[in-house]
Amino acid sequence: AASSPLRVRLAHIGLQMEPDRPVEAAVRTKLTQALQPVHLEVLNESHMHAVPKGSESHFRVRVVSQQFEGVSLLQRHRLVNEALKDELSTCIHALAIEAKTPQQWDSNPTVGKSPPCLGGSKHDNTMADKLKAGRD
Amino acid sequence: MNALVLSTSRCVRAGSLLRPRTARLLCSPGAQRSPADLVKKDRVVVFMKGTPAQPMCGFSNAVVQILRMHGVDEYAAYNVLEDQDIRQGVKDFTNWPTIPQVFFNGEFVGGCDILLQMHQNGDLVEELQKLGIRSALLDAEKESK
Repeated sequence: AASSPLRVRLAHIGLQMEPDRPVEAAVRTKLTQALQPVHLEVLNESHMHAVPKGSESHFRVRVVSQQFEGVSLLQRHRLVNEALKDELSTCIHALAIEAKTPQQWDSNPTVGKSPPCLGGSKHDNTMADKLKAGRD
Repeated sequence: MNALVLSTSRCVRAGSLLRPRTARLLCSPGAQRSPADLVKKDRVVVFMKGTPAQPMCGFSNAVVQILRMHGVDEYAAYNVLEDQDIRQGVKDFTNWPTIPQVFFNGEFVGGCDILLQMHQNGDLVEELQKLGIRSALLDAEKESK
């Protein structure tokens, strides 16, 4: 069967970590490799959105890394985006990012919350491809 | 903005003399206008899903609500759900994978998360001031003193 390199890589990572959540596993692995975080949370928030159960399309990541020291918010987010560029160009539709330095995290470990879904994915004709990319 | 404006295919832009106190809605800008041009036309530009009157995404809505809290009602909002060229075009322009995207004076600020943090840490008031926009929160603060 035809399988893209990405699919094979994701499946491989998934088998080792979370067999039925390959995208989440890939996100975790890539952020760990790229940013060596002291704290990392990868939250699949797809259930909060207008997509089928079991989707891996909407994520929130909380990354605490020394590499964010002296780096603007925009640049921090770009570092996260860069680490996840394969997933972002295929199956991840939304990515909420919290990027803090260890000092910021220690002094203020508040966590953000995603706003309520307004159902946009239902009206989005690109979602079908993304959901398929996540499943395959 | 009412449904009539939303459904017309020709954009109606308020002239600079009129400046209604509502978000200026520009529907499908057409393939000729690139994000690079669009972001320079207005001090505050948002590429979002849906419209300020009817956002179609929680994150886009958050941007609208934050701007509203600061009394920013006049800005250009482009609905990427209506125009796939703009949707991909703005992502290529900023090398940023998601919508919404916010621009101040032609410069990319970030998405919903960044705008929210700027709002929470006071930076947004300062950035708006640089644009010559006085945040409504400053007046609210004054009144409470």
